[in-house]
Amino acid sequence: MLAKRIIPCLDVDKGRVVKGKKFQDIKDVANPVELAARYNREGADELVFYDITASNEERNIFLDVVEQVAREIAIPFMVGGGIRTIEDIHSVLHAGADKVSVNSAAVQRPELIKESSDKFGSQCIVLSIDAKRTEDGDFHVFINGGRKDTGMDAIEWAKRGEALGAGELVVNAMDADGEKNGYQIELTKKIADAVNIPVIASGGAGKLEHFSEVLAEGIDAALAASVFHYEEIPIPELKEYLASQGIPMRRRA
Amino acid sequence: MIAIIDYGAGNIKSLQFALDKLGKTSKLTMDPEEINQADAIILPGVGAFKDAMEALERDQLDTVLKEEAANGKPILGICLGMQLFYEFSEENGGCKGLGLLSGSVKRISDKVKVPHMGWNIIQSDQPGTLLNNLGEEPYVYFVHSYAVDDLEQNTLVASADYGGRVPAIVQDKNITGMQFHPEKSGDVGIALLKNYEESIS
Repeated sequence: MLAKRIIPCLDVDKGRVVKGKKFQDIKDVANPVELAARYNREGADELVFYDITASNEERNIFLDVVEQVAREIAIPFMVGGGIRTIEDIHSVLHAGADKVSVNSAAVQRPELIKESSDKFGSQCIVLSIDAKRTEDGDFHVFINGGRKDTGMDAIEWAKRGEALGAGELVVNAMDADGEKNGYQIELTKKIADAVNIPVIASGGAGKLEHFSEVLAEGIDAALAASVFHYEEIPIPELKEYLASQGIPMRRRA
Repeated sequence: MIAIIDYGAGNIKSLQFALDKLGKTSKLTMDPEEINQADAIILPGVGAFKDAMEALERDQLDTVLKEEAANGKPILGICLGMQLFYEFSEENGGCKGLGLLSGSVKRISDKVKVPHMGWNIIQSDQPGTLLNNLGEEPYVYFVHSYAVDDLEQNTLVASADYGGRVPAIVQDKNITGMQFHPEKSGDVGIALLKNYEESIS
């Protein structure tokens, strides 16, 4: 039986992890390679690195980080942020990443999913979907860091992403993100029921129960950032708790 | 020196880093001379079966691998690399493989999510040193949509449970296959690579 996965997410800016809390003007930093090694020791099942830098020069710093992480840890990791072309995907895979997530660029040009999964294999192409409930009650896909409503239905886009060759989905619930009130289970479950590829829930984790609630609903993995960065929830404790709730967990590094 | 066949098969840096941790020298190569001189060969691989076979054939590496296999050199296939050892895969309308092992490769049942992606426990199908010191619940990391189907049972070393039995480790004399990624399987993966390395040295 496949274990459910616990995935810490690290935002990387200028070669450092940004541990910013939403709504608060605190910015704390850490070395991404050291943090990755710590999560690996604690039993994280996978890691996600988002490149939140902009310039080409900083992009190279980020690729160095990816390579150092690959050298340091022996668990899979995904890279996202600013991925627009086949060349971008090639460069992060070549640096040692196992998977690449595409978001806005795939909305603007869906063929990117097909071209990249044909070239590198579906297993390494992850479609990341930023979604929010709109006034009509439906969940829409947003792009450009959540600033622009595309009008596209999130569940339809997830199905299309699977058909185009995405091997996995990340569902970022924008309303839930940073609130620590739990994952957006309604949307994530609807998407998981509509596709036959793994789905990762993202946004809203604040306490142990939030993880068990979402993972009990047929969702494959739960992603979180601040609860891990600030050590509010230690990964070993989380995994023991989830295992005690009957959720299959890998409990050592 | 371990020769890692470098035919453009995805992320092979991680494999090299894992071998570094074991203190093993490895080299990414396509050179038949270097492959011939190596103590062992690793055939890595992610992506599509047909593309991989075509890439091997383009550089006559298929012939090199068959010769080395016949000469008794230890060869380890990882993920798609293991699948390439078999006679045939039904992926993308069907393609012949290297035929070093008898059996074929079929798509995983759609009763479960495909790809089989994530951490799964391997269970021993026969005793052997490859599975030494793995501890309880040996989880390893799988990513694949196709799996070996009709293999010779006495070559099955370990398997995982995913919509049926998925062959995870196979071995026939000098030919060994791992369907999961030992280089991405944490401490258990490193232990498996160490066991393998000790079994061939």
